[in-house]
Amino acid sequence: MIRYILKRLAMLIPVLLGVSIISFALLRLVPGDPAVLLAGEDANPDFIEAVRKEYGFDQPLHVQYLRFMGNVLQGDFGISIRSREPVVNLLKQRFIFTLKLSLCAILIASLIGLIAGIISATRQYSIFDNLSMIGALFGISMPIFWLGLLLMLIFGVYLRWLPVGGSGELRHLVLPALAMGAASAAVIARMTRASMLEVIRQDFIRTARANGLRERVVIYKHALKNAMIPVITVFGLEFGYMLGGAVLTETVFSLPGIGRLMVEGIFQRDYAVVQGAMILVATTFVVVNLLTDIAYAFFDPKIRYE
Amino acid sequence: MSNERSAKTTQLAEVWRRLKRNKAAIIGGVIVLVYVLVALLAPLISPYPPLEGNLAKRLQGPSLENWLGTDALGRDILSRVIYGARISLQIQLAAVVIALVLGTLLGLFGGYYGGFTDGLIMRLMDILLAFPGIFLAIAIIAVLGPGLMNLILAAGIYSVPQFARIVRGSILSLKEKEFVEAARASGESDTSIIFRYLLPNSMAPLIIQTSLRMATVLLTASGLSFLGLGVQPPHAEWGAMLSTARPYLITAPHVATFPGLAIMFVVMGFNLFGDGLRDSLDPRLKD
Repeated sequence: MIRYILKRLAMLIPVLLGVSIISFALLRLVPGDPAVLLAGEDANPDFIEAVRKEYGFDQPLHVQYLRFMGNVLQGDFGISIRSREPVVNLLKQRFIFTLKLSLCAILIASLIGLIAGIISATRQYSIFDNLSMIGALFGISMPIFWLGLLLMLIFGVYLRWLPVGGSGELRHLVLPALAMGAASAAVIARMTRASMLEVIRQDFIRTARANGLRERVVIYKHALKNAMIPVITVFGLEFGYMLGGAVLTETVFSLPGIGRLMVEGIFQRDYAVVQGAMILVATTFVVVNLLTDIAYAFFDPKIRYE
Repeated sequence: MSNERSAKTTQLAEVWRRLKRNKAAIIGGVIVLVYVLVALLAPLISPYPPLEGNLAKRLQGPSLENWLGTDALGRDILSRVIYGARISLQIQLAAVVIALVLGTLLGLFGGYYGGFTDGLIMRLMDILLAFPGIFLAIAIIAVLGPGLMNLILAAGIYSVPQFARIVRGSILSLKEKEFVEAARASGESDTSIIFRYLLPNSMAPLIIQTSLRMATVLLTASGLSFLGLGVQPPHAEWGAMLSTARPYLITAPHVATFPGLAIMFVVMGFNLFGDGLRDSLDPRLKD
């Protein structure tokens, strides 16, 4: 197991290196003088020169990259030209918010997805199965941003159950988390159903039944435990995708998350912020995937000895 | 040779027979067909020009004159949804072709040659995949800037790894097969083996992925336009229409309803069709 983890960790290094190079390249690929891009077009010439010195834009590229990485590793992502605040502070606030939102969303998605998937599998081709699979089809086909608008309209405007704006309290997160979790709930439901159906057909389940175990014990103790293994991967993947896809939900509900920060950064040509957001989101996503793989290997020994 | 051809025809006939019996695939196929027809015939079937409005008639609900109502500038929403199909189909086709060509080539060469080439290509794909979902497309737009062409490029590049991985996977399992060994033994060149033997035999997963990817690309592209990073207003793109409908959500909810429905049905069509294709092309995968 430890060898497997080390191997996976080693595979992480080239990916993170690539991510940092792409984020570094961003400033150099955008047309214009990088010092001016970072300092802001309306900055005075002295400040622009100071930025050029500070980031070493007058040095060769590999020196610039090493300096950039040195700063990033020390948690220094530069200064936002719009808010004049250290980027790392902005990233911290916004990222914690997105993390909270994504956690709520994956919680809702797992709950709905697992329940729907298990019932669908145990009553294959029943009305419940058909309805939940049709629901899942809608879930994966609806654009998140449109679903968000619909939820706002139904629960916020017509029924007045939940607030439409605001971001401070937990109840503000319910609608956004629902919008964000719908597609994942659909994927989890499909995966759980397929996985359960496959396990239920296997010999050990037939044996358990033949031994006179109650159906409930067979399903929830024996079948579910084995069916969950492939579903774990989906949890991890979906959670990771949420971190990246959160930008749409955050835009619909005007929430202060990291995705919104990045898109605002693009509009305001605030490249230090864009760079920071790219590195942070990609790194988190890669780490989440790594943890998912480790969890998978933990539950399914076959993977480890591949 | 004639034997080979007739075997192929029976295979195709078998796939077609299975596809016809698959209700979901039929529904999906019909939705996709209607979508393509609407996109092609937009100038003939749309009742009004999509960009011309009448401010005296702004934000009106559905009526006999304007079946789906009008938007904030008094433009006919039905006409805009119809023209939106045109823009979306163009984006989807262009982006998926970019991804299909690049991804397939990378997957073919990586899978066939293995070793360093393969490692390099796959690490590159891993790096692209390190940016989750739409985030990669946003990062590409951050470099290229917003707009239709850049949107297509972003949606295309963002789909390359999926195709590369699928093609590579099927090449890896195919290249050990006897018919490939035989081709190699009879002195065929690498290029000939790759394009005459390996590619045709990995078509099935590629076709399935293309249909499913058309759905993802539409969701991503309309999402980017919704964020203001893709097609810009006043163009009748569904995501951009939804973004301009937002301020009127409470007073005129119909403006935000129809473009969203359009995206949902088209995505559903490609998803259903892709799933149906999977069941017909590869019956082993069916539960």
